[in-house]
Amino acid sequence: MDCSLLRTLVSRYCAGEENWVDSRTIYVGHREPPPGAEAYIPQRFPDNRIVSSKYTFWNFIPKNLFEQFRRIANFYFLIIFLVQLIIDTPTSPVTSGLPLLFVITVTAIKQGYEDWLRHKADNAINQCPVHFIQHGKLVRKQSRKLRVGDIVMVKEDEKFPCDLIFLSSSRGDGTCFVTTTSLDGESSHKTYYAVQDTKAFHNEQEIDALHATIECEQPQPDLYKFVGRINVYHDRNEPIARPLGSENLLLRGATLKNTEKIFGVAIYTGMETKMALNYQSKSQKRSAVEKSMNVFLVVYLCILVSKALINTVLKYAWQSEPFRDEPWYNQKTEPEKKRNLFLQAFTDFLAFMVLFNYIIPVSMYVTVEMQKFLGSYFIAWDEEMFDEGTGEGPLVNTSDLNEELGQIEYVFTDKTGTLTENNMEFVECCIEGHVYIPHVICNGQILHDCTGIDMIDSSPGGSGKEREELFFRAICLCHTVQVKDDDSIDGLKKNQVPRRPCIYISSSPDEVALVEGIQRLGYTYLRLKDNYMEILNRENNIEKFELLEVFSFDSVRRRMSVIVKSSAGDIFLFCKGADSSIFPRVKEGKIEQVRSRVQRNAVEGLRTLCVAYKKLTAEEYSNVQKLLQSAKLALQERDKKLAEVYEKIERDFILLGATAVEDRLQEKAADTIEALQKAGIKVWVLTGDKMETAAATCYACKLFRRNTQILELTTKKIEEQSLHDVLFDLNKTVIRQNGSLTRDTFSGLSSDTQDYGLIIDGAALSLIMKPRHDGSSGNYREIFLNICRNCTAVLCCRMAPLQKAQIVKLIKLSKEHPITLAIGDGANDVSMILEAHVGIGIIGREGRQAARNSDYAIPKFKHLKKMLLVHGHFYYIRISELVQYFFYKNVCFIFPQFLYQFFCGFSQQTLYDTAYLTLYNISFTSLPILVYGLMEQHVSADTLKREPSLYRDVAKNALLRWRTFIYWTFLGVFDALVFFFGAYLLLDNTVVTSNGQLMTTSTHMVFGTWTFGTVVFTVLVFTVTFKLAIDTHYWTWINHFVIWGSLVFYIVFSLLWGGIIWPFLNYQRMYYVFMQMLSSGPAWLGIILLITVSLLPDALKKVLCRELWPTATERIQTKHQCLSVEQSTIFMLSQTSSSLSF
Amino acid sequence: MAVNYSAKEEADGHPSGGVGVPGGGAVGGGGGAGAVKTRKPDNTAFKQQRLPAWQPILTAGTVLPAFFIIGLIFIPIGIGIFVTSNNIREYEIDYTGTEPSSPCNKCLNVSWDSTPPCTCTINFTLEHSFESNVFMYYGLSNFYQNHRRYVKSRDDSQLNGDNSSLLNPSKECEPYRTNEDKPIAPCGAIANSMFNDTLELYRIDNDTRTPITLIKKGIAWWTDKNVKFRNPTGDGNNLTALFQGTTKPVNWPKPVYMLDSEPDNNGFINEDFIVWMRTAALPTFRKLYRLIERKNSFQPTLQAGKYSLDIAYNYPVHSFDGRKRMILSTISWMGGKNPFLGIAYITVGSICFFLGVVLLFIHHKYGNRNTSADIPN
Repeated sequence: MDCSLLRTLVSRYCAGEENWVDSRTIYVGHREPPPGAEAYIPQRFPDNRIVSSKYTFWNFIPKNLFEQFRRIANFYFLIIFLVQLIIDTPTSPVTSGLPLLFVITVTAIKQGYEDWLRHKADNAINQCPVHFIQHGKLVRKQSRKLRVGDIVMVKEDEKFPCDLIFLSSSRGDGTCFVTTTSLDGESSHKTYYAVQDTKAFHNEQEIDALHATIECEQPQPDLYKFVGRINVYHDRNEPIARPLGSENLLLRGATLKNTEKIFGVAIYTGMETKMALNYQSKSQKRSAVEKSMNVFLVVYLCILVSKALINTVLKYAWQSEPFRDEPWYNQKTEPEKKRNLFLQAFTDFLAFMVLFNYIIPVSMYVTVEMQKFLGSYFIAWDEEMFDEGTGEGPLVNTSDLNEELGQIEYVFTDKTGTLTENNMEFVECCIEGHVYIPHVICNGQILHDCTGIDMIDSSPGGSGKEREELFFRAICLCHTVQVKDDDSIDGLKKNQVPRRPCIYISSSPDEVALVEGIQRLGYTYLRLKDNYMEILNRENNIEKFELLEVFSFDSVRRRMSVIVKSSAGDIFLFCKGADSSIFPRVKEGKIEQVRSRVQRNAVEGLRTLCVAYKKLTAEEYSNVQKLLQSAKLALQERDKKLAEVYEKIERDFILLGATAVEDRLQEKAADTIEALQKAGIKVWVLTGDKMETAAATCYACKLFRRNTQILELTTKKIEEQSLHDVLFDLNKTVIRQNGSLTRDTFSGLSSDTQDYGLIIDGAALSLIMKPRHDGSSGNYREIFLNICRNCTAVLCCRMAPLQKAQIVKLIKLSKEHPITLAIGDGANDVSMILEAHVGIGIIGREGRQAARNSDYAIPKFKHLKKMLLVHGHFYYIRISELVQYFFYKNVCFIFPQFLYQFFCGFSQQTLYDTAYLTLYNISFTSLPILVYGLMEQHVSADTLKREPSLYRDVAKNALLRWRTFIYWTFLGVFDALVFFFGAYLLLDNTVVTSNGQLMTTSTHMVFGTWTFGTVVFTVLVFTVTFKLAIDTHYWTWINHFVIWGSLVFYIVFSLLWGGIIWPFLNYQRMYYVFMQMLSSGPAWLGIILLITVSLLPDALKKVLCRELWPTATERIQTKHQCLSVEQSTIFMLSQTSSSLSF
Repeated sequence: MAVNYSAKEEADGHPSGGVGVPGGGAVGGGGGAGAVKTRKPDNTAFKQQRLPAWQPILTAGTVLPAFFIIGLIFIPIGIGIFVTSNNIREYEIDYTGTEPSSPCNKCLNVSWDSTPPCTCTINFTLEHSFESNVFMYYGLSNFYQNHRRYVKSRDDSQLNGDNSSLLNPSKECEPYRTNEDKPIAPCGAIANSMFNDTLELYRIDNDTRTPITLIKKGIAWWTDKNVKFRNPTGDGNNLTALFQGTTKPVNWPKPVYMLDSEPDNNGFINEDFIVWMRTAALPTFRKLYRLIERKNSFQPTLQAGKYSLDIAYNYPVHSFDGRKRMILSTISWMGGKNPFLGIAYITVGSICFFLGVVLLFIHHKYGNRNTSADIPN
């Protein structure tokens, strides 16, 4: 993969011959072109081996290690470990080596296992048999041996082994059906077309005789774009050139359906297939918490370095007196004496670094990773976010962003399929001002028997009747709907009753709704066969139309057309599309009536389409054909040329009428949006729909309210005034309001102030975004952003997919750097999902592309509420506590070491034993915080859902601000001072001795170095664990088990560690130290005292803050406690109230 | 990618099945009934984050009693400790001899191997009698027994009687590992610098000096003496033979097997040696030297009166500004004299009590405001 990538890059930048670089020539069946046609340049292509695995058996260890140590944290720990190995350091290399080894091994095993699975999958795919044609015979080979230019045969229900140009199929019309479920998630059958000149070849010999070359572009990842040209040579004649488009390209990973077999020629193989190119991983998104964590890490790194520097300097100052450096009782060895002073100083610096390196623990990374990984399961497990209807639950594609869900400030949502059901219902159609409403409205479901039409207006006569029929035919013909019906397999069905309802499949639900709606009105679309579309009219007669051209729909043109030839020989061009793209092209018809009806419908939130037609004469059609042909043959910029041709053809229409399709709001969409707004999140709707429809939806889902003042920034307004004036006017309005507003933006009580809603359309937006010639581009953007900032809701309509991403980017990069979330369901939302900090996909009807590209996918829009307000909030609380607690406990851990240096002659003597140093972060204090990080619920989930405003308490990274960070650090330093000087005073004034009478022999001990360290360490472990206990608001049995279990484990471990002479150790300094400490009364009293003192300030601060400056969350907590108390018995109540008033 | 492939298989199965069924399935009906079962999460309390839980909140209401209780418990404990600590008798003499007037001044610059040892006598008076057992300590100041180079300069397996370590001590012992190509036993800086002043106590009663019996056994940890420290094993109990092949530490006047006359206090299990080997945590420290047991219940262990301390001054401390002290102390149920613990308990208890009062005041003044503000919500 790297190779091909590199080559494309190299060739892109180095080669001058662009023609060769940007296209490739393939010789079908490896046959050289006839001499003189073109120079035969054999190009080298990769074979068809798919390599998704990263490692091989041989390079796993070095490559994996290299990958792992590229992470800055791992590298740092490796350096520390190496320093410990090389120089004479106070702590043994085991203390940092063991945790590092653990982390590296676990990661390596995990990655190795994943890679092994990939290898297995690769092998299965690379070795699966493929039929291809060699010298006119069918040969079976392994898939990986396939080469570019080979002719391949694929049977029904087989997957295509590589990207193929479709040459011929067993179906007579040269089509085949394909599902691309594994590529883009769309399960509908798509039709592909064989190359015209080769579709007649049905057996191996014929295919083998084909002599052709294919020129096409180099592989690119866009699944839906392909341009190429095939030159077919017939003996000695000039080659016939045919255009190739994406409809001729069968993609690897797609499956052949309803077609016995096809032949195709391989053009992209192996890692160059579009599927493989699409597999490239998305760029990593990093959460705000991770960013602040990294900042804190840098701070701690500075603290670490400065600690080491201070100690090194002090050491040499202190040692300047020779009797201190080398007293008679403590001589240096010969090599030490000889060592260069500067080298010695540097070594000492490193040794201090090693001594204090635990302040940045390896285990923090592991714990954070585990918390995120395991935590994401709670999202996926959530039953409330499971949708019974579709059988889908939430998907978690990345676990890195759990806490980011609690930080969202802007939500960008798509409208269709996200706010609305995307479950279209045909509501009415309006033909020349007459409104038709079908009685029974259905969509895809089993139909009830349908009665005719309910006409509001009187039936038109004469020419009206003709137009009406034309309208129905237009709707029946102008679409890309397929009928889910198999004529090739079972011929029985053909003879069945024609009224039998068909199942229609289309990538656009509107089309299905339309075709089905029209069925209610009496016209049934039957099928497309051999390029003839068959419809069943009201008289139960089958009408056949030859399908000549399809100008497929795209979001820029916002319309589609077909050219059909009726059995009478008339050529019609039917076009349907958005009103804005149809009306300007209409020259005749009852425009005014239709327009008013369309607008009325749009205001009601219906999706409207206009239908128009035009009759073509034979020569007009041949003109059209010529234009199309030339455009389709173009290798470069074919899309642009095609669009130009479409533009030329699609004009001078006669308006027929309009349709209205209803797209119902998703359940609880309004409730969700209201909750999000209460939570202080700004909701923007970005849609490709027209303004009126979108605005109606916005009102329906309470994004805009009755009293919202709507500001419009639309093309229409800009036409009246200049953009400049409009922007400044709006800005003034908004600013005036803002000026009168008191500066309590956090109170969230905006109900009494004026709300603003902004509506902007795509054209206006592109004007704003367009860089201006005088270089004042930033100016408009700033004003625009300022307006947006002061609006509670913004609606952007008529957006192209890229514009959606542009808007997200604009907000993302504005000066407050807000955290954005994009939610959508369709392929057109992918760009904004990828752009936003958090991308959420709706597992919806428009394929799974959005869900695949998202960070999280949910079945329904309403689930966003729980996702953000509950899961996001919880994870933010959890991880912020986790991060700060980790720093806190390591300050507590390491600061006494630092202080001890002042009492041991800066000799890097450790205060704690090696085992304690190693296990402190790994086992004594690791599990409680991890469990806290998974289980903590400071308020119940129901409360969070009921009170969305609690979300504001954690907005803007509130729990990881500098103030909190400094508070935690100082708390750590304070506790460390208490531990150290407490133990110091306990031991320094007099020797603590225990009463000998308690033991059988009169033993009196003198505490030594290790007892001192053990006292400090015991106080440390207990304090740090109790501190977490104080912070825990949700004590499940797991919390109890883990917190008390850790303490018990510490005691048991210490008893064991000190109770035995360990044969593998070369020192026995901990022998019986812990027991001796426990047998001493003052040590107990001292430990209890020190724990109390170190916990006191934090508890006091918590209580005072709660009493004097309670946050909304704290009020809720208190209220809840009161409530739950009231619910309990009266006896309990009286007791509690008495204690409250104590 | 592997996951993708398997997912693909599953997704493909359904539409192909659906084709044959007339009118079956909605548009893109991929997820069949089978998928519903597999994807549907379990409704367990754990997975739904609904485990039963105790939800304590630190409010003034709950913390107030805690503060008062802590105050009420700590203050009596503190007073108890303080009183006990004050009842402990302790007497300390600095015999370094830095002041010219001191009798030990002549010995100030003594060296290790001065024979005969420099001796000096210091007279002192005990104002109060020491009623219970008395512990005699020596104290050193400015002596960095916790220096890293010093702390690690020992070989625990040698001290545990391991024969191979006896003859081949650990490298950590450098530069006190070998002398004249012979391994040092016990090796290392700690052993080498063992305290070797001899202190003797006399009671002066009408100009007669009565020696006071000093017990030299039972001053080390029992486990140290019996488990951690062991003499090398071999044929017979002759320590001289067992330590053959080794040499004495450089600074020692005599080898390790001649530390004491009693066999169970000789060699590595000499208690003075064991006490010394337990390195002190801080540069100013004291170590237990001897015990003075109470003879009978009618007489105090040490009566008030005049005493003299005879010192065989061998241990040089002047070169590093060190001080040497002799301490006599009784002990109580909570150990030696330590006013800190008592004072700390009293202080913390009082602070807690005071904070409790402050909190009570705040709670009464502001607490009601909070609850009343909540009600309209």
